[in-house]
Formats: sequence, C-alpha cells, structure tokens
Amino acid sequence: MAQIKLSNLRHSYMPSPKGPEDYALKEIDVTWRDGGAYALLGPSGCGKSTLLNIISGLLTPSEGRILFDDQDVTALPPDQRNIAQVFQFPVIYDTMTVGENLAFPLKNRGVDAETIKRRVLEIAEMLDVTDMLNTRASGLSPDNKQKISMGRGLVRDDVNAVMFDEPLTVIDPHLKWKLRSKLKELHQRVQATMIYVTHDQTEALTFADEVVVMQDGEVVQIGTPVELFERPQHTFVGHFIGSPGMNVLPCEAKGDRAVFEGHEVKLEGPTHGNGGRTDLGIRPEYVGFGDTGIPAHVTKVADIGRHYVVSAVVGNTALKVVTEHGVPEPGSQVFLQFKPEQSRVYRDGWIATQERAQ
Amino acid sequence: MRTENQKAWFFVLPVLALVAFNALVPMMTVVNYSVQETFGNNQFFWEGLGWFEQILRSDRFQAALGRQFLFTFLILLIEVPLGIIVALSMPRKGFWVPVCLVLMALPMLIPWNVVGSMWNIFTLPKIGLLGYFLNDVLGINYDMTQQPLSAWITVIVMDVWHWTSLVVLLCYAGLVSIPDAYYQAAKIDGASPWSVFRYIQLPKMKTVLTIAILLRFMDSFNIYTEPFVLTGGGPGNSTTLLSIDLVKIALGQFDLGPAAAMSLIYFAITLLVSWLFYTLMTKDDAE
Repeated sequence: MAQIKLSNLRHSYMPSPKGPEDYALKEIDVTWRDGGAYALLGPSGCGKSTLLNIISGLLTPSEGRILFDDQDVTALPPDQRNIAQVFQFPVIYDTMTVGENLAFPLKNRGVDAETIKRRVLEIAEMLDVTDMLNTRASGLSPDNKQKISMGRGLVRDDVNAVMFDEPLTVIDPHLKWKLRSKLKELHQRVQATMIYVTHDQTEALTFADEVVVMQDGEVVQIGTPVELFERPQHTFVGHFIGSPGMNVLPCEAKGDRAVFEGHEVKLEGPTHGNGGRTDLGIRPEYVGFGDTGIPAHVTKVADIGRHYVVSAVVGNTALKVVTEHGVPEPGSQVFLQFKPEQSRVYRDGWIATQERAQ
Repeated sequence: MRTENQKAWFFVLPVLALVAFNALVPMMTVVNYSVQETFGNNQFFWEGLGWFEQILRSDRFQAALGRQFLFTFLILLIEVPLGIIVALSMPRKGFWVPVCLVLMALPMLIPWNVVGSMWNIFTLPKIGLLGYFLNDVLGINYDMTQQPLSAWITVIVMDVWHWTSLVVLLCYAGLVSIPDAYYQAAKIDGASPWSVFRYIQLPKMKTVLTIAILLRFMDSFNIYTEPFVLTGGGPGNSTTLLSIDLVKIALGQFDLGPAAAMSLIYFAITLLVSWLFYTLMTKDDAE
C-alpha cells in the first residue's frame, strides 16, 4: 500500500517531440492518497491508458518521476513495483485451472505452498469463485474471467495499487453493476489504492472517491463526483459529466453579470481576466421556467423516465432544460430563469468567476 | 405424419459426381487391382487378400516402412521445434516483418523437382559448392552418392530447408494474434520467459501447431519427388522411402497387384496416424 505521486510527468510516443501536440501526456502533477479509490475519466485517446501504463511500469515516461511513498520507481519494471493491473479484455491463462491462475503470481515470486494455498482460498472466497477453483479457466464466462484476472492482482498482499483499464467493457450490461459493486466491496476489504480508467461517467462516479478528468493529455479537473457536477472547472468537464451535459452558451462578461443573446444573467460572483472567448455555463438542471425571464421557444421535449429534457432556442442559441413537472408544449413560448449561484462564465474554456462569499 | 421434402438431395449430386470421378473411381480401380492377378491381355484372375499378405510379410516393404517412419519422425523432430524458435524470434511489427515473411515463404515457392536438382548439384562431392567445401576445405569425408549416412543427412537437411517455413508461418500467425495485454499481465505477474512461452504462447499456438504438424506429417510421409531427384533412393536402398519403392514396383516392375495392395496399405497408415494425432490433439478442447 502506498501513496502515489506523479511529478511533472510528460510522455511522448515520438523519439524527439517538438511541440506540445507531440505529447500524449502534457505535464501531469497528481498525488493519490494511500488506500483511495480514484478514477481517470476522459474520452478515448485522452491519454488515460498511457498514464495508467506509466504508473504500472509498462511504459517509461519521457519526463518526470513516479513516486510510491517517496521512493522513486520511475525506472523499475512492473514486477518490482508491486502493482496489479486488470485489462480491458480479461487475461487468463487458458491451460490452467482457476486455482492455478490465482496462484500464478505468488508461485512466480517463490512464495511457499502453504501461504499460496491460504491466500488463494481467501481471494476465491472474496470473489465468490470457490466452487470453480478446480475447473479449467478457459471455459468461464467473461465476467468470471475478469474476476479471475482481478483475483490475480489481489492475491498478493504486498500490492501498492490495483489498476483497472476499462475492465467492464466486455461484460454484459446486467452483470456490470454486479461486478462494479463487487469492486467497491473489494476496495473496502483490501484497502489498496485503486485506480480505475474509464470513459463511462457512471462507472467513474460510482466507483471513485475522487475523479481525475482528462482531455488531450491534460488533467482538466480533479474532484469528488459532487464537485465535478456542481462546479466544473472547465466547460469540457461540464459537458462530459452529466446527461445531458452543461449548457455552454456564448456570452459577454460584464462584472458579475453575463450578457447572453441580449439578456442579462446574474452570475455566482464577479468574473476575472480579460479577453478570450467567453461562455456562459449552466447545467440543464438549474434552468427553470417562470412567468418572467429570458424568452425562449421550445423545440422538443423528450421524456427520459425520471424527468423531461426540454430543448429550447433563445435567439440563435439552443439549450437544454431538465424539469420534472410543468412541461411546456413543443412550439410554445416560455420564459427561462437561470439560477445565479449555478451560472458561471468560462474564459477560453476555463472557469472565470469567483464564488461569492456566503 | 410429417412428410419431408427430399429434393435437396439433388443439390448434392454435382459434388457427388465430382468426388466420384476424382477420388472414388480411381481409388476403386486400385482396390480392383489389389485383389487380382494379371498376365496381360486384360485378363484378370481373382487373388483375394494374397497381395496384402505378401506385401505385409515382405522384408522389402517392412524396411521401406521403417525408413519412412524414421524419416518422418526426424523431420517432425527437427522442423517443429525449429519452426517455433524461428517464429518466436521474428519481429512482431515494423519494417522487417514483410522482409522476414517473404524470405520465409521463398523456399516453399520452389517446385519440388527443382529443389531436388538444386540440392543434388549443390551437394555433389566434386563439383557441388557444399560438397567441395566439406571435402576439400573442411576435410570431412562426405559423399551423398556413396555413403548412406551422408545421403540421409542431405535428404533431411533439404526437407528442413524446404518446409520449416510452413511451420514458421503458421506459428507466427498464431503468435501475432496474441493481444499485448497478455504479455503485460505476465510481466506484472512476474512470469519468466519460459512461463510466458509455456502458458501464453504455446496454448495460443496450439491450433495452428496441430495443423502444421498434421500437414508436415502427411507431406513428409508421402514425400517422393525431392529424394527421388536427389538420391534416386540410393546409395543402395538406403533412402528408398515408401513412395519411391511403390513407384519402383508399380512402374518399374509393373507388378500391378502388389503395387495396388501396397498403396492401399500406405494410404491406410497415413490416414490412421493423421486421425489418431488429430483426435488426441483436439480431445482437450471438446471437454
């Protein structure tokens, strides 16, 4: 178990990178607490798998250092870092039984037979695979195979961290939540640092205590699921997390007001900075209907079960509103009200308003 | 009662006709010869299983069969491990992949009789490059036209040169289909290179390797042209394999009956061994 610190990490797959665009990872600086559950969230190609492979030692970063409890492990191979990794497609050793699969990492490290037997039984019991210990691993279903590859990581009691690289991709939807809660339960029992890579916000938000959102090789925000939802630091986070994502509306910033399509909107606080492109960011959940406010034209109403998603147009800008009752008819004229404490201005994508002191 | 439409059988007829003319009819002719005796004039006399008994009891057949098994055994013993080793050491990606693949495929593109002639000229003691080099430069007494051991070594080396590529290419195809995650997981699990081979590469190669061994068994067991061109079965009878002996009986001595009986026995052995091998290799998967 260890605290993981990534210091000034940069990585490029090219031998001599020139500009920042040649880097798959640009300047990563993160510290992860011992025993925490973290998620790396971002779209495909954002560098999250690269980062994961650097932490596990399958890749050596071009620049920067990785510290496990202040010990520099940047140059160490994977087997000496005491980490475990679960891959997108379950990796199991076909010719071995489930029990032999679980025992394999311990055998390779020369652990005595007695300890191996004890650990394998412990882990098998944790994963509910005790009854399969003597069956051949090749015939198992994908979710059980994924459990076994998880088990191979957990069977060592010296693991610093367990990494998951989109582990639920090949699992049937109805088994996903089962395996996810198993993971959560395992984290509580094993107390190892767990890092979970995914592009699925539900998986990230339910698994992690803290989520690292990445885009184009950069960390855009690190925060708890609530923080990411309530106060996105970047329009990307706002848009990527939430369904539908945050409304990003072109506007002009004037002190603690934003002017959007000729209408003044009160913000959470004063804006800072100058120039650049300014956008008004507000989540659909915080836009409401009223008797007065910004006039809008309703174009579409979608019933998605728990609530309705209303698409509306203000001037030339389209936006979305989430509401539970009082749904307007498509084609009707409505007035929109923006919650001031949830309305923010983003300058070139980054948040540019200060929260008013409560 | 349910009536079934049997018209679908007509669709099978063309295939049946094709198979009949290219396999069943020629085969039945052989079966026909194998149970009869003729003195010419298209007159045939019933012989029963006499020829089979005679062939099976003859020292000549048993010796040729022994040589054939020894040859095939040595071929598999050398080509299969060698093919795996070469496949493992080939690059998986980059510029050298196509180069290696083409170089590997080259020997297989050369016709059998050309391979025989090439090696014949190459290994002749006085004029062949290899023959000259071994005798006059290294001082090794080597003459594949006179010494049975030299002849055997030459025939084996020639076949290894010609056909190891097949094993290599099949194994390589199996190897490149292994996802990277397997190697990464093995690294993290602390597996040794031997464990990686034993538990990842070999199991993933098993299917293609089965095919490779099967093909190499059948081909080397039925081999004819290359050793015939190279040594003609000599010196003496030392490299007279089953097929060479069969041609001698059938076309040299024109003993139709014994030759037909011998080819049926030959065929039965090839079929039996192939079937046994394939059943054994795929038994685990069925479970």
